Amino acid sequence: MPDPAPALVLRGAGRRYGERAALRDVTLELEAGRTLVVFGPNGAGKTTLLRMLATLLRPHAGEVRVLGRPLPGDGYAVRGRIGFLGHEALLYRELSGRENLRFHAKLHRVAAGRVDEVLDAVGMTARCGDPVAELSRGMVQRLAIARAVLHEPELLLLDEPLANLDPAAAAQVAPLIGVGGAGPSDRRTRVVTSHDPAGGLQGADVALGLKGGRVALLAAATDVEPAQIAELYR
Amino acid sequence: MMSAVAALLAKELTLELRTRESVPSMVLFSIATYVVFHFGLDRDRVTGDLASGVLWVTLLFSAILGVNRLFVAEYEQGGFDGFLLAPVDRTALLVAKALTLFAFLGIVELVAVPAFALLLLGPPLTQALPQLVLVLALANAGIAVIGTLVAGLAIQTRARDLIVPLIALPLLVPVLLAAARCATPLLSDGGAGALPGNWLAILAIYDLLFALIAYAVFDFLLED
Repeated sequence: MPDPAPALVLRGAGRRYGERAALRDVTLELEAGRTLVVFGPNGAGKTTLLRMLATLLRPHAGEVRVLGRPLPGDGYAVRGRIGFLGHEALLYRELSGRENLRFHAKLHRVAAGRVDEVLDAVGMTARCGDPVAELSRGMVQRLAIARAVLHEPELLLLDEPLANLDPAAAAQVAPLIGVGGAGPSDRRTRVVTSHDPAGGLQGADVALGLKGGRVALLAAATDVEPAQIAELYR
Repeated sequence: MMSAVAALLAKELTLELRTRESVPSMVLFSIATYVVFHFGLDRDRVTGDLASGVLWVTLLFSAILGVNRLFVAEYEQGGFDGFLLAPVDRTALLVAKALTLFAFLGIVELVAVPAFALLLLGPPLTQALPQLVLVLALANAGIAVIGTLVAGLAIQTRARDLIVPLIALPLLVPVLLAAARCATPLLSDGGAGALPGNWLAILAIYDLLFALIAYAVFDFLLED
């Protein structure tokens, strides 16, 4: 059974970029082991929310607790327990996929054998010696997914994780991150952004809709109709 | 922290070996500057304080090229985020980057100092070399620490290439002054003189002072 303590707690959380508020008054709780899917048009605050939860951005208002620790004060205590997949792959272009993952494995104190495991899981064993600069966007995305799950994090923050992936690649990586048709196969907590109402709701426990940085929808995923999500984009 | 520093340092050296973006340009800049001094001073050979000044001004300006590039891969390829997401002390990045710059400066000087001796320096360098290596090491340490601090500050700005020399050069004036004074007797006619201990001490103290300042403030430079 998943730990019933909330993995994420946000109370009135906000974040600004200069004078512009990117996220305003976000309040939610997510129990450990649950999946939160976040919808919203471009600029709604999805990426800001994920980066804030990943400790990469400081909250400017409200309270944010991740894996039981308050941010930004206790960021150091949760960083190694978070797997973050953003729009950037966070991989050095001149290094190979394997070199990049070995570098991250050393930073996270993960055994080198785990690198081969995740490379195999994302189907990149054959091309793992090529410089990242020579790989297609889909291959880079697969390596980025491997990087995000390399240290077996308790909390996965995934920003449009299946972007740039062809259907076969998406099906291959889906079990690893517990999104798409596969659904969660482990006890990880997930926050996943998506623009696909049907696919995003599949396997999710809670749905959050953001519009203009504010919460426009927050409900159990089973209670949400795709039409409500489509409304966010109008 | 040392394993993180080792991983970061190995990554830095691998990236430089692959891209050859910093060290070759620093070496070429140094040699080009000697040629400029040769024609600008209209002399075939320089000695003493003039030789010391030419050597240190050249090395300092070539170091600025390396400082400008120090955090570019982190900034452009998401290295900052990748590092910040790892459960490691942020000081590891400061130490690794300073060691990287220190290593780059040492490699550059392996070429730039003999080139200086060949192209411009009057007296032979052989006798003074051990003492000069000590001065180079202390000056490189200061340049590496201050350079890393300034590079970390400037990387977030749009005018990075302008800000690095504007901030780094005034901060490095004491290093330049002390290193030049230390090297003057080593590059004089009539054989290597004694190292001026007071200037050597000033150089070491300045290195230590900025190492402590960098340690204290580097965390804040990585905050969003």
